[in-house]
Amino acid sequence: MATTTTIVPSAGPVAGSRSFLSRLRERDEIARMITFLFAASVVLVTVLLVFELWQGSVLARHKFGFNFFRTSVWDPIFEQFGALPFIYGTLVTATLALLIAVPLGIGAAIFLAELAPARVSDTLEFFIDLLAAVPSVIYGVLGVFIVVPLMRQYVQPALKHSLGFLPLFQGPAYGVGFLTAGIVLAIMVIPYIISVSREVLLSVPRDQREAALSLGATRWESTWRVVVPFARAGIFGSIFLALARALGETMAVTMVIGNTPIVSTSLLSPGYSIAAVIANEFTEATGELHTQSLIELGLVLFLLTFLLNGFARLLIVTTSRRGSGMGNV
Amino acid sequence: MKRIAGMLLVALAVAGVLWADSALSITGAGATFPYPMYSKWFDEYHKKNSNLEINYQSIGSGGGIKQVTEGTVDFGATDGPMNDDQLKAYQDKHGFGILHFPTVLGADVPAYNIPGVTAELNFTQDAIAGIFLGKITKWDDPAIAGPNKGVNLPANDIVVVHRSEGSGTTYIWTDYLSKVSEEWKTKVGKGASVNWPVGLGAKGNESVAGTIKNTPNSFGYVELIYAIQNNMPYGRVRNSSGVFVKADLASVTAAAAGASKNMPDDFRVSITDAPGKTAYPISSFTWLLVPAKFSDTTKRDAIKGFVKWMLADGQNYTEALSYAKLPKEVVEKELKALNSVQ
Repeated sequence: MATTTTIVPSAGPVAGSRSFLSRLRERDEIARMITFLFAASVVLVTVLLVFELWQGSVLARHKFGFNFFRTSVWDPIFEQFGALPFIYGTLVTATLALLIAVPLGIGAAIFLAELAPARVSDTLEFFIDLLAAVPSVIYGVLGVFIVVPLMRQYVQPALKHSLGFLPLFQGPAYGVGFLTAGIVLAIMVIPYIISVSREVLLSVPRDQREAALSLGATRWESTWRVVVPFARAGIFGSIFLALARALGETMAVTMVIGNTPIVSTSLLSPGYSIAAVIANEFTEATGELHTQSLIELGLVLFLLTFLLNGFARLLIVTTSRRGSGMGNV
Repeated sequence: MKRIAGMLLVALAVAGVLWADSALSITGAGATFPYPMYSKWFDEYHKKNSNLEINYQSIGSGGGIKQVTEGTVDFGATDGPMNDDQLKAYQDKHGFGILHFPTVLGADVPAYNIPGVTAELNFTQDAIAGIFLGKITKWDDPAIAGPNKGVNLPANDIVVVHRSEGSGTTYIWTDYLSKVSEEWKTKVGKGASVNWPVGLGAKGNESVAGTIKNTPNSFGYVELIYAIQNNMPYGRVRNSSGVFVKADLASVTAAAAGASKNMPDDFRVSITDAPGKTAYPISSFTWLLVPAKFSDTTKRDAIKGFVKWMLADGQNYTEALSYAKLPKEVVEKELKALNSVQ
């Protein structure tokens, strides 16, 4: 009795400390701790970011409350700040960008992964990766010198002429505006969608294709009915990566959107986005309320990204479940 | 091994010499508009005083005011003078005031692109204010056509272009509009960024210029230096004496001379719409912000020495970089004010 009681409590800690020491000696524990610190720093930065944005916007939050999201006057002189036009502009340009980029990007990815010869696919992939690495200001310059004049001279007059009865295509053709910003953003995010989607499509197991083909499916049927649904989660991932970039893009957007804080149903109208107004006004904002309102806009953009990311996760989880269910049918 | 040790020794010796050489380093931050001028000055002054190095970050006037108030830099720089609240905030924080020293002058010019019109247009105060308030919407409006007899102005809609980011250029432009238009003053006001009644925003002088160049029937404002360096055509503006004046370095300095008779002791003066027949009305000083008291006397003497040099020899470098130089009366007044820095 006495021996067992003396052995058990002493054996526990000794065994524990020895394994800790040995793990330390084998460097496993050191590696674990260091990598844990790195991982924790990500959380720490996020928390710090929200805290700073929250603290830095206290005056503006108290003064405007919920009206910050409902009003559309942005007046640094008389200190009236409403975020609606910026939120609207951010969402509209990002949506337009995805509407254009998703079909184009996924179509191109399918061609590269499934239909193109390997040599063509690899060569094009090199150019696509190059495009993804081009700094956004270059796309802005491209927008100013090529897209904006094209829009003003040809595209916008044509849209007004053919579809001008819709509220979407009314008002003067300035060249800059929501639609132009959406197109430039689409050009910027397409490489992301192609690159990631292509990788995902290529990683679909060979037997999936072979099974479809052996059941008598054509090449296209096997691609569209089997390979693409199999890769759905990854393709969604590429789209949300593109969305994140479109929401936060600053430089290229401010160069082509017209920088006018108005809410307009017309896509030809000039507008503004959250990231653009922060970049434009932050350095010269002298009033305390002005600075704080810009910080609150940063908080809004953070929350917007957060919500959309959460939504994306949810979508991926639900569709991949449904996908596996359909696979059984 | 010996060779490496020798090289290390040499490197250490060089570093030591450099360290001793740049014994005093002064930091400043603020306005972007005079940055090319300032960096030239700091460079030239460093050549003459190799033991003093002045580092300047062109982070914008707002940032300059903030940093000098926080005390993170030794001096600030701004395109618009600090307002009373900001001065009070500085006084409350430090227990002494901060002084404004005009360094050079800048100006805004009206630029336009009307297909078929190559003449230099004349703009009245009412025409500019009317266009920017959105009340004058067509180029053949009598307010524009009146002083431009013989020019065939089209009946097209005017596209107004302004700066999108906060800038000293916008401060000068809106300061001018607030002086010549009561409606602008009460509805919009003056500042580095304002709530524009009409128009498209473009980022930077180059974007405003590019948008005007590419957009038929457009009207906007750019920095005079930018217009000169890029050979941009621009219009004349009617000054308070009723003369249409084209902006150049001489007419901008004339505006400063006209206004310097009523120069307040703290130099916080707006010289838009200045008196004088040759004065260009959309001009402005740009300022250095120097604390009135220094705890570090070597820093104080270094900054005072620099400002003294800038007001004398420094002014000779201005015209090569297309900045208008200070009028004599202002320089003399500044030298007196400099003595009060303790």
